Amino acid sequence: MDLKLGHYNKDGIEVVDVEGEIDVYTAPRLRELLIDLVNKNNYQLVVNMEKVEFLDSTGLGVLVGGLKRVRAHDGSLDLVCTQERILKIFRITGLTKVFGIHETVDEAIAAKKSEK
Amino acid sequence: MATVEVTFSPLPAHVRTARLVATAVARRSGVDESLLDEVRLAVGEACSRAVEAHRRHCPAEPVKIEMSDQGERFVVVVSDHAPTGAAPARANGHGTGHGPGPGAASVVHGPDEAGIPAGFGLAVISGLADDVRVSSTSSGVSVRMSWPSATA
Repeated sequence: MDLKLGHYNKDGIEVVDVEGEIDVYTAPRLRELLIDLVNKNNYQLVVNMEKVEFLDSTGLGVLVGGLKRVRAHDGSLDLVCTQERILKIFRITGLTKVFGIHETVDEAIAAKKSEK
Repeated sequence: MATVEVTFSPLPAHVRTARLVATAVARRSGVDESLLDEVRLAVGEACSRAVEAHRRHCPAEPVKIEMSDQGERFVVVVSDHAPTGAAPARANGHGTGHGPGPGAASVVHGPDEAGIPAGFGLAVISGLADDVRVSSTSSGVSVRMSWPSATA
C-alpha cells in the first residue's frame, strides 16, 4: 500500500502517524512533512511507526535527517515501534542507539516530558 | 533452472513492484517464509540503488532484475547500466557488510540525509543476506544475492 501520513499535537509534542510503506518512492513525502513541522517550530517529535509495513534505507535516511533538524534546535525525535521486522532494520544499522524507541505513543511522550 | 526476468524504467514507483515480484517468486521457489522479509528488503535496496544510478546517468535505460531457482539457492541479480566512472573497483562484497560497491550511488541524497553515507543501502543488503556479491564492469554494477530454497 501507499504511504499515509497524519499528525497531531499532544501535550506540546507533535506526534506523526505513519502508515504503509516508506521507500525510495514515498520517503520524500515523509521528509517534507518533517521539514514542515520543524519549520513551524515543532522540535519535539514522536514518529509512530506501528502501522508501517515496510521501511528501507531511504526511510532511515529521512528519519535521521529529521533527527538532525530537531537536534539543531535542542529538540528530539523518538520512534514508536514494536514490529520486529521494522526493529530489525534499526538494529542491523546500529540506529537503535541513535533513536529513542518506545512501545506506545504515551510512553514516548512520557519519556520526552521526563527529559525536559 | 526456472528464471523470471523483469526490466523496468528507472522510476522510484516501480521499485515497489520489483519487491513484490521478487517476494512472490521467492515464495514460489520455496524460500522459507521467515526469509521473505529479507528478500523483499534486500531486493528493494538493490533496485533503489540501481534506479538512482540510472536516473543520474542513463534515465532512458531500464533496470534489470533476474530471479532464478538454482538448485538449493534462490538467486537474485539486479543489474544497472550506469557507468562506474572513476570509482575504484571493488568486486565481491561477500559478507563484508560494509561500504558501497564500485560506482554505488547513494540511494539517499540531499542536505537532509547528510548523515547517511553513500552505499548505505548496500550495507543494509549485506547485513540481511548471507550471500551478497557486488561486481562492477565498465558497463555497470550488478548485485547478486541468494537465499536457501527448498524446491520440492
